Amino acid sequence: MHELSICQSLLDQVEGIARQHGASRVERILLQVGPLAGLEPALLMSAWPLAATGTVAETAKLVIEPAPVRVSCLDCHAESAATPNRLLCASCGGFRTRLISGDELLLARVELTIPDATTNPDG
Amino acid sequence: MCDTCGCNITPGNEHLVRGDGPLARTADGRAAVTVLQCLLTENDHQAAHNREHFDQHGTLTLNLMSSPGAGKTSLLEATIDALGGRLRIAVIEGDLETENDAVRIRAKGVPAIQIATGSACHLDAHMVHAALHNLDLDGIDILFIENVGNLVCPASFDLGQHRNVTLISVPEGDDKPAKYPVMFRAADLVLCTKSDLLPLLPEFQPESAERYLRNLASSAPFAVLSTRGPGHLEPWLEWLQEELTAQRARLEQGLTTKSGGQSAGARLHTTEAGGHTHHHHGHVHGHHHDHHHS
Ligand SMILES: [Zn+2]
Repeated sequence: MHELSICQSLLDQVEGIARQHGASRVERILLQVGPLAGLEPALLMSAWPLAATGTVAETAKLVIEPAPVRVSCLDCHAESAATPNRLLCASCGGFRTRLISGDELLLARVELTIPDATTNPDG
Repeated sequence: MCDTCGCNITPGNEHLVRGDGPLARTADGRAAVTVLQCLLTENDHQAAHNREHFDQHGTLTLNLMSSPGAGKTSLLEATIDALGGRLRIAVIEGDLETENDAVRIRAKGVPAIQIATGSACHLDAHMVHAALHNLDLDGIDILFIENVGNLVCPASFDLGQHRNVTLISVPEGDDKPAKYPVMFRAADLVLCTKSDLLPLLPEFQPESAERYLRNLASSAPFAVLSTRGPGHLEPWLEWLQEELTAQRARLEQGLTTKSGGQSAGARLHTTEAGGHTHHHHGHVHGHHHDHHHS
């Protein structure tokens, strides 16, 4: 399984962002993973602690949001829901569709504790 | 839209991933950084670099993927026998299924580099880059990369290839495209191998395999072939010749192409396109907007 190597590149990106913002801790990491991304969210979740231990993201909560599988038809231009192994147009049944959602493999958002920011009084 | 890699932010899913500005604040006062970056960015940058290297040498690079034992090495041997006289071929061997794969290829007089993948379940762009240091591409028409025998992991990693070729062998069953949609959606060509076994395995229906492939919205050509007996490789050899011609035409126009079936089949300029929606991270190429205010 390649989830550990994905975790490693996720960690590299998260550490970079934490450093850039002078964060003391990464609190939460939000990923968007579509069913057609080729990644098993459960395996990613179990691989993550191995990668994160001893880093600024060690205690971060990893949240994986699924993405719906949706296609847009090149023939009738309808947009419809689909399943990973049946990406046909729900309206005309054609197979000339384009995937508009479902293969995402994105680091969407990172929440950080930044020492300066938290000691700043609010307005 | 992320042009570098396969993951897409589209008008259809944008609202799901976009937060409330690049550095917003959560209710409990944490800083929230909106990133929207593909997790494979680093691999994809390396892959783009590899692709440039292939294009500079005028080489067409094909990534061969399949289950273990589907006949990738046999296909390469037969291909070299058929084309070795008129085309210059090289092979990067990533499948450790048999340790002798590279030896088998070299015995045909073709340069072959074996990548020691260890326990890795896929090749990545960095491994291929390292192998390229040991391979002289000058004058090479087609470079085949034989990926690790696995229908899951290799699909996610761009190596810099121009086209993906996925093999499905008759003993595996005709529903493989339905079981491994990520892999088969990425295929630019699907080869149904070991067709000499069709009389013995009537439950394998090539038409069903193709129908499962079309259900993935794939318009990739589907060819049935066998490496045994003469004349059975023709559709494959014709496809290779067409792709080689297409690659040369692209290079003349300064264009390149990326594998990925219909999903990423669009032509890309050799310089990486701008318009990334990525934030907050290093190397974003071709995306420098220098505004000079006086
Ligand atoms: Zn339609």
